[in-house]
Amino acid sequence: MTLTVSDLSVARGGLPVLEGLSFDLPPGVAVILRGPNGIGKTTLLRTIAGLQPPLKGTVTGAEDQVAYAAHADGIKLTLTVAENLAFWTRVFDHTGIDDAIESFNLTALRDRPAGALSAGQKRRLGLARMLVTGRPIWILDEPTVSLDSDHVRQFSDVVRRHLEGGGSALIATHIDLGLEGTVLNVGPFKAAPPPIDDFDGGFL
Amino acid sequence: MIALLLRDLNLAMRAGGGFGLGLSFFLIVTVMVPFAVGPETELLSRIAPGVLWIGALLACLLSLDRILALDWEDGSLDLLATAPLPLEAIVTIKSLAHWITTGLPLVLIAPVLGVLLHLPANAYLWIFVSLLLGTPALSVIGTFGAALTVGLKRGGLLLSLLVLPLYVPTLIFGAEMARRGASGLSTETPMLLLAGISAASVALLPFVSAAVLRINLR
Repeated sequence: MTLTVSDLSVARGGLPVLEGLSFDLPPGVAVILRGPNGIGKTTLLRTIAGLQPPLKGTVTGAEDQVAYAAHADGIKLTLTVAENLAFWTRVFDHTGIDDAIESFNLTALRDRPAGALSAGQKRRLGLARMLVTGRPIWILDEPTVSLDSDHVRQFSDVVRRHLEGGGSALIATHIDLGLEGTVLNVGPFKAAPPPIDDFDGGFL
Repeated sequence: MIALLLRDLNLAMRAGGGFGLGLSFFLIVTVMVPFAVGPETELLSRIAPGVLWIGALLACLLSLDRILALDWEDGSLDLLATAPLPLEAIVTIKSLAHWITTGLPLVLIAPVLGVLLHLPANAYLWIFVSLLLGTPALSVIGTFGAALTVGLKRGGLLLSLLVLPLYVPTLIFGAEMARRGASGLSTETPMLLLAGISAASVALLPFVSAAVLRINLR
């Protein structure tokens, strides 16, 4: 399933942040989003994930195909690692908890409450969730935050395996993941500031 | 959907889940009222249905901001919104989980606590039935309020202000039904109205809550 973004404009808090974005994300390909802080990468990813409507343009092929991983991992601290994953497995009606736990080196932590994990371990649990969704298009928002270098490599391997299996990934990141992918710098797509609407001016 | 329900129930039971919160508040209200009002059994038994209803309503209100805010804070609400479950189903399940952890225990314990308030003997059944019919509406309306205030830090104040007026019809007909039952009058009209409020809320409000949530998640 190819994700197609055409002439997309996204807004945050009613103000356009990025405009005129077009790209394709065919199976087996990773697109790496780059751009300075505050440019609108998260907003773009949320729009593509369907959490907010685009200001203009269209996103096709994303419906019920994407798995989204945000800055927050969505982990319940009182549930164990395995229970957290089991919940998402059931929500997405998929399997593969053991594989997900092994892929992210969480085997020893399997029965530990998520509240007792370190930040990096929580992040790994959050990323392991992607594997149990069974969705082909991964949308990852700075997935390597708080991961050590070994686990960044491990994460890259997981993404590479996902791509080889016919999946695709859209990753916003500031570091080099060592993935062969198209790099998309969103900097040039920064929306022009909207013209000042002086409608209220006369009343002030 | 079952997975979400089980998870929410599981979370409510674990440490810090807030399962006993509404229940203990309800207990405190019903224990304290006789001390405050004084040991006049006649007065107590007259106000008992109303006090039990107020207690149940406030106990419900106390735990409303947990319905969606916790999931919003740790990011799981965003992830649930991108999951195969429709948001309407998510908010319905959330209301149901809230009712099972807060409303249902109140319904079950209210007749027991009625003893402390000198509830007339023939009123026990009516308190039980009126709460059973009314508390689902409290949970569903509360979920709507929680959806409205989900992105706000410390939204509890706004939530109670928004939800209280919506709770008034449920309270009026619920307490009226229990009061009429206690005095041996016909309870049919308030019972039908109460059941109507609950049925309409359960049928319609999840759609409204889901629409509101969609806007709040932007």
